[in-house]
Amino acid sequence: MADVIKVGIADLNVCKPPELITTIGLGSCVGIAIRDKQSKVGGLVHVMLPNSREVKSSANPAKFADTGIPELVRRLEKMGAVRSRMVAKIAGGATMFAFQSKSELTGIGDRNVIATKAALKALNIPILAEDTGANYGRTVTFNPETGDYEVKAVGKPLKVI
Amino acid sequence: MADSNDLTIEQMSDQYFDVLKEIGNIGAGNATTALSTMLGTRVDMMVPKVRLMEFKEVGTTLGGEEQLVAGIYLVVDGDIHGSIMFVQQKESARAMVQKLMGMPPEGDDFSEMELSALKEIGNVITGAYLNSLSTLTNLTIYPSVPEICIDMAGAILSVPAIEFGAVSDKMLLIQTDFADDEAMSGYFILVPDEESDARILHALGF
Repeated sequence: MADVIKVGIADLNVCKPPELITTIGLGSCVGIAIRDKQSKVGGLVHVMLPNSREVKSSANPAKFADTGIPELVRRLEKMGAVRSRMVAKIAGGATMFAFQSKSELTGIGDRNVIATKAALKALNIPILAEDTGANYGRTVTFNPETGDYEVKAVGKPLKVI
Repeated sequence: MADSNDLTIEQMSDQYFDVLKEIGNIGAGNATTALSTMLGTRVDMMVPKVRLMEFKEVGTTLGGEEQLVAGIYLVVDGDIHGSIMFVQQKESARAMVQKLMGMPPEGDDFSEMELSALKEIGNVITGAYLNSLSTLTNLTIYPSVPEICIDMAGAILSVPAIEFGAVSDKMLLIQTDFADDEAMSGYFILVPDEESDARILHALGF
């Protein structure tokens, strides 16, 4: 069995084949997997919030889409990945509870997905596939060798995007 | 010295924790009485545990991020704004539903009726907690209609974590264990917004 590197909530990490990288229980959070197709270096960031500038507590870059994605890209570049060869796959951004509250955090899942796409676009990294939205949690595992992004959800068949 | 309005969750004093614990205690006490009436059995309660938890520990606390849990979530309004969640492992939820309905849930999933029973349990428990908070602080608190979701612990708990995430890297968890012949444990997560934190502190004389 290949080693599986675990990424927590508001956390990021990088890996090289044959290692896999995983994050468990994405709810409204988004898991962004990026790899360099040639060097096969890959990484995963589990972001919680869209924008670091909207909040007070912004010390941890991996918490936000707008800072976590550039940080992951920097870490990949340190491992020898090249930005122009990077591609991304994204999953998560669900709405776990149905109610429509008046809170500004309504639709945080959707806002995370929008911010994720904007951050990737700003870095010119194409999104090859996504499994986002809906109302259930997801566990994802990324294989930097093949680029396969496995999405597991409770009571649903395993999906590979 | 920081003004109490600038207190972050990390800077809360031990005293404030004790107060929250006491609120949890009274709330759980009320909840136990209500549960006992609802279930028609004697229900005992352990002393609640209050702690600040890092996001990283969030999932592992409830038996792993992939552990199936039932989360009952509602928004509070009035003098304070925020949300409150009651989370329990799916098995605990089943045990409670079984006691309330007098029969075990059929199959692995909950029926509409059972979900509704579970919501009501969550409503009673969070209501009891909010009641004690309201009584102690003299603040008016209106809870919304509860919503329920059964999924992986990581995904459920990320909801309050995200709300805390705007101001902190930690969140406040109150563990309450109920028992009659078997243990049923649940966790409250209270997420007041920043302004409300200050209001609660102020109302309690801090």
